[in-house]
Amino acid sequence: MTTLSKVSRREFLAGAALTGAALTLGCSFEAEADRVGATALAPNAFLAIDSDGRVLVTVNKTEMGQGARTGLPMLVAEELDADWSKVVVETASFDPSKYGFQGTGGSGSIRGAWEPLRRTGATARAMLVEAAARRWNVAAADCRTENGFVIHPSDAAKKLSYGELVADAAALPIPDATAVKLKDPKDFKLIGRRVARYDNPAIVTGKAVYGMDIRLPGMRFATMVHPPTFGGKAKQADDRDAKAVPGVEKVFVTDRGVAVVATNTWAAFEGAKKLRVAWDEGPHGELSSAAIRAMFAEKAKSPGDVARNDGDFDAAFATAAKKLEAEYEVPYLHHATLEPQNCTARVTADSCEIWAPTQFPNFVMDEARRITGLDAARIKIHITLLGGGFGRRIEADYAADAVEVAKRLDGVPVQVTWTREEDMRHGWYRPASLHIVKGGLSADGRLAALLHRLVAPSIRGQRQPDGGKGVDPGAMAGIATTQYDAPNFRAEYVRANTGVPIGFWRAVFDSQNGFVQESWMDELAQAAKADPVEFRRKLLGKSPRLKTVLEVAAKAADWGKPLPKGRARGVAAHFSFGAFCAQVAEVSVADDLPLVHRVVCAMDVGTVVNPSQVEAQIEGSIVFALSAALYGAITVEKGRVVQSNFNDYPLLRATEMPKVEIHLIKSAEAPSGAGEPALPPTAPAVCNALFALTGKRIRKLPIALD
Amino acid sequence: MPVTITVNGVKQSCEAPPEMPLLWALRDVLGLTGTKYGCGVGLCGACTVHVDGVAARACLMPLSAVGEKSVTTIEGLSPAGAHPVQQAWQLEDVAQCGYCQPGQIMTAAALLAKNPKPSDEEIAAALSGNLCRCGTYQRICAAVRRAAALRKGSKPA
Ligand code: FES
Ligand code: FES
Repeated sequence: MTTLSKVSRREFLAGAALTGAALTLGCSFEAEADRVGATALAPNAFLAIDSDGRVLVTVNKTEMGQGARTGLPMLVAEELDADWSKVVVETASFDPSKYGFQGTGGSGSIRGAWEPLRRTGATARAMLVEAAARRWNVAAADCRTENGFVIHPSDAAKKLSYGELVADAAALPIPDATAVKLKDPKDFKLIGRRVARYDNPAIVTGKAVYGMDIRLPGMRFATMVHPPTFGGKAKQADDRDAKAVPGVEKVFVTDRGVAVVATNTWAAFEGAKKLRVAWDEGPHGELSSAAIRAMFAEKAKSPGDVARNDGDFDAAFATAAKKLEAEYEVPYLHHATLEPQNCTARVTADSCEIWAPTQFPNFVMDEARRITGLDAARIKIHITLLGGGFGRRIEADYAADAVEVAKRLDGVPVQVTWTREEDMRHGWYRPASLHIVKGGLSADGRLAALLHRLVAPSIRGQRQPDGGKGVDPGAMAGIATTQYDAPNFRAEYVRANTGVPIGFWRAVFDSQNGFVQESWMDELAQAAKADPVEFRRKLLGKSPRLKTVLEVAAKAADWGKPLPKGRARGVAAHFSFGAFCAQVAEVSVADDLPLVHRVVCAMDVGTVVNPSQVEAQIEGSIVFALSAALYGAITVEKGRVVQSNFNDYPLLRATEMPKVEIHLIKSAEAPSGAGEPALPPTAPAVCNALFALTGKRIRKLPIALD
Repeated sequence: MPVTITVNGVKQSCEAPPEMPLLWALRDVLGLTGTKYGCGVGLCGACTVHVDGVAARACLMPLSAVGEKSVTTIEGLSPAGAHPVQQAWQLEDVAQCGYCQPGQIMTAAALLAKNPKPSDEEIAAALSGNLCRCGTYQRICAAVRRAAALRKGSKPA
């Protein structure tokens, strides 16, 4: 199998031989749709079928491990009745006029493509059928399609491959995509099947091209030393020792720090270590985690802006038979994509070309325009594979570095790679937060009053000069959108911006709000002397889908059945990104350290396009959540991030991997998101299990049992 | 002063100082980008290659330590992806972003060469130095079991 994806559309249509050299070049990401020849059928920018019957699908979402380059083409191929082995995938270069919105995030790739890409496939299919019908002089309605062929059922001789029909079909008018008939889901052949990842052959042979793998003739390798403090600036750099490192060619100060340019990355890294930089520490040189915590605590004393208000919390709480209050907190977290931030660029007086591992090429474009002063028409952005995204690569700071450096190199291409340490200390962190929760129970143990006050910085506000005002709906995700039917419920948001750069992280605010809400539900259930599953079930009358996954997970995990001594179960459920998810975790403790043995997950994501991918996303979300719950914390001292590498920011290891069992609910609904919604329930399920085992309630992450 | 090293069976001259870690010589000098940079200090395993058949961290090994030894990278394991570990990785659909996978595969291949029938505990222990941020561990372990079965020429249990 070869990585046809690296072949330009022009080469593809010319049927160019795929040589090993072409495969490993890694820099021909061209989507030259404008050069589509007359023999290709291309109803829009996302699909082209050539006379060899090959089906080129152009994907407008970044592949970052979520399977966009498999799942999106599956949608086209399903309605086209294509032969999957003839599908060739390319990632679109940045061109919103042709490809629409190219940002990737929010568990939205399949959700957004579900309708349009199926219609794309159906449109091409209708044209191929029409072409065959005309040739055979039969009614189109009497023809059917199968695995890349149009067939006339009553005559075995009437069978034509798509390739043979392309020329005729391309000459037909393109039907209205909104009017073409889509399949009845019961006729799906590909959707719902375990289709292996398109890029597997390239990945397992080391040929997959990530940002750091771009190689261009004459290119240089560079690294950046960024200001150690948030908002700092380099005043000047003494580069004598750096320049003495063999291979180091240039050192210069940019707006974003100090760049070291060399003939290889290692020389750039060595040179960077030898720089002596005078920094202007900027406004946050004294910032610390303790000060941030104190500011949150002060702000938590006053009520916030009301994001949701059902009934009358104050009155109901005042008269409740039993009252509970607690404070929860979570730290800043880093994405720690395994591929550190990097980007490659070439800038001349009148052109700029960028090879970016980015989730949001539109932000890369903004940075490139700002730095070069060129028009968008003169800036070309290629999107590589990503060695992990998780929201980190929504930002475009690494691209700004590459363009800044390339601008000073007169047309010589340069790849800027951050060291792991730079990556760890110059992130856009998952916001830290403090939560005040209150609950009132009636004499018969019903939930009578509920308050959730979130004190946290606003990601959107960070981009506004005044920090923003009022409720940040993004920050209230999972709180204001709770599925529990609490009669007197108030959700409040207290804006608490800090100097720490914050950004989108896998499940962002749902990750923390879900942790708090589901831990608090457990506390309330315990106070009501109720079974945690039963307590939740009773509150889910208005959310049958969340109730179902809760029941399925509980049953599959043998909820209520005895466990060996030293083991306990905990449960949590959460709705986010359109999906419903419940998990039961099974834990034990050894030497004050939690061990997670098993996680049973039931999830309703609507229609499952590719079970292998949905399950992979669930497994990945659970691991991501466990790394955070057990170890994750970014702390700040003197305006600097303390952590530097995987020694002080550990990730879960193979030896700590629980057995993950997944139950997907059969559904005819449109697909929801799948990349994030399995993350929020994991930490509370584990913490609730630890409470069941030890009697100690975990109200602060990461988990500390001693 | 170029260094001479043997990579994927080819003895070649590498225009790099002897202190340069093998990782960067492979990636930036020889153009073999399948071996990945993740941490640079031996903590993640993304840079795992075989040196005389044994899994080694290329980010920690200077060229001078390679000497006469034979280096195999992911590109050399089987360029066609025919190695049982590569086959198993595709059958189990292991990769998510895939960035850690060359290192995982090289570690797994070295394990099976030494221990053709590892237990689940031995598999996890052997791979515990290879981080996967995407969280593919469950499938990695399944794939190693399957690769062990493929090597024997039998079907996995
Ligand atoms: S890059 Fe060598 S162990 Fe991480
Ligand atoms: S697959 Fe992404 S880091 Fe392992």
